[in-house]
Amino acid sequence: MPDTPGKNAIEVRGVRKVFGTGEAQVAALDTVSVSIRENEFFTLLGPSGCGKTTLLRLIAGFDFPSEGEIMLYGQDIAPLPPFKRPVNTVFQSYALFPHMTVAQNIAFGLEMLGKPRAEIDARVAEMLKLVRMEKLAKRRTSQISGGQQQRVALARALAPQPKVLLLDEPLSALDYKLRKEMQIELKRLQHETGITFIFVTHDQEEALTMSDRIAVMSSGKILQVGTARDIYDRPAVRFVADFIGETNFLDARIDSVDGGKAKVTLKSGATIAATVADGFKPDGEATVVIRPEHAKAVKGTGDISGVVENVVYFGTDTHVHVKLDDGESFTVRQQNTRGAMMEFERGERVGIVIGDDAAQILKD
Amino acid sequence: MAKRFSIRQQTGFTTIACACFFLLYLPIAVLVIYAFNESSSVSDWGGFSLRWFVAAWSNQQVVDASWRSLKIASSAAVIATIAATMAALATTRTRAYRGLTFKYAFINQPLMVPEIVTGVALLIFFAQIKIASGYTGLGYLIAAHTAFCIPFAYLPIRARLENMDLTLERAAADLYATPWNAFRRVTLPLLWPGIIAGLMLAFVISLDDVVITEFVKSGGQDTLPTYMLGQIRRGITPEVNAISTVFLLLSVVIVTLFFFMSRKRD
Repeated sequence: MPDTPGKNAIEVRGVRKVFGTGEAQVAALDTVSVSIRENEFFTLLGPSGCGKTTLLRLIAGFDFPSEGEIMLYGQDIAPLPPFKRPVNTVFQSYALFPHMTVAQNIAFGLEMLGKPRAEIDARVAEMLKLVRMEKLAKRRTSQISGGQQQRVALARALAPQPKVLLLDEPLSALDYKLRKEMQIELKRLQHETGITFIFVTHDQEEALTMSDRIAVMSSGKILQVGTARDIYDRPAVRFVADFIGETNFLDARIDSVDGGKAKVTLKSGATIAATVADGFKPDGEATVVIRPEHAKAVKGTGDISGVVENVVYFGTDTHVHVKLDDGESFTVRQQNTRGAMMEFERGERVGIVIGDDAAQILKD
Repeated sequence: MAKRFSIRQQTGFTTIACACFFLLYLPIAVLVIYAFNESSSVSDWGGFSLRWFVAAWSNQQVVDASWRSLKIASSAAVIATIAATMAALATTRTRAYRGLTFKYAFINQPLMVPEIVTGVALLIFFAQIKIASGYTGLGYLIAAHTAFCIPFAYLPIRARLENMDLTLERAAADLYATPWNAFRRVTLPLLWPGIIAGLMLAFVISLDDVVITEFVKSGGQDTLPTYMLGQIRRGITPEVNAISTVFLLLSVVIVTLFFFMSRKRD
């Protein structure tokens, strides 16, 4: 997908967040800059402790950056307290007010904004309908299920029509089936309300299926920003390639670079085509990544070769684990089709054919 | 599978438990029974009568002391609870810092300093103020009671605040509630059971106090407990039993009310 320059809802500029003082200082965010577009479903993805929740808290206003600016439609909101930011949050624990009913919870933000009663009532009714909770409006929040609490938390955060909605791992407390339902529900809500969503998760599958764009974070830094396809097919660094999906790493020597394309020679002597991240000029030695489903195992010779170590049948596909001649491991994933099965046996010599567009050169 | 250890099955458990309950409740039961004694003796039963309740009710000194007690207890409990609520908020809604533990100890000081010491200290302190200002009203007793009631009000309120999910206040702020609105609409409603518990506890503690009151009171400022103590010095009549019985009834009513109120909230 080409970059369509739209309006930016949020621009994070050179934000650092340091906890502690002196020797014990820890940078939770180490100079992060990112732009989030209007109406986008944007995901911050990374393992726990990578700084994604810290960044969300800075945007919400529960914490303030040590350095840098956070622009909301061109206005720096970094110094504002949370109640002065037109941004709402769906909390991981939902944080519903236990002494209020479902409807009172949803009305809270509108009441605090001083909206007239008639407008509040109409908006609450609309929100209840949006999350399909009309029948439970008068219930206490302790009398509804986890999935229903999740919907109320969403309705409560959406009711004041925030410019940006922040979601802090909102699905992590739900069981698998409910989580799948809520993923679809969230996409629908984002589409219907047209509000920019910033979604925090450590679940790569959730990130890939839901997001317009993803920022992968590690150790307080944003490593790569792009669509699910970009991140999966064209990982820029080793961490991104490793964190999302399964992958193979191969050492290679750079022969020539021409814009986004390059020729590399693998240890086996085979020369393959590889893609290069935007604005990166590799030379000398580099690592290339190849996704298991972008390579093919063949009987005979391929670009690289080795011995089959293990074959694992997964129903939809089969994983062939190969020990390459140089000692490295390589996994190939083949789609299973009825009848036309390619059978491999342990100990058998195989060749691996790497597709023309399959390899990506990493920056590190 | 081995049977789980249960203290109820140990030999002598029932006996010890019964002995403890007897020791706790038998004297009180005797006191209540003799409040209804017809004779003027607290040890010889002379038949059922309400005469000592009537006697207490028509004794102007008892009525005055009761009113004084209630006035002091309710003022001290309310002031102490307000102060304790603010102290609890200030000591829980903050990051831990050096000196916080010291503050806890400082607030709870009346629990540790012997009452007799506080009593003597206040006697001397207030004596100076009385001379300087000329004021001799109930203010001294209310101030003294407020001071030793604060930790009793503070402890349940702090416990309630510490168990409260901080994310709720954050959610309120996120939904455009100013700090004051977040407190009024979210923190305070959730804190009420703790505040009521603190208020009741402070009220009962104040109502019951003898030592500090004895030192701080001026002439003619007897509270019910100090009046009763004075009476007993001159010889016991069932009138004291009758007053104690009413006192007991009042406490039971307060505690029961609180129990039902807090159950309704959950």
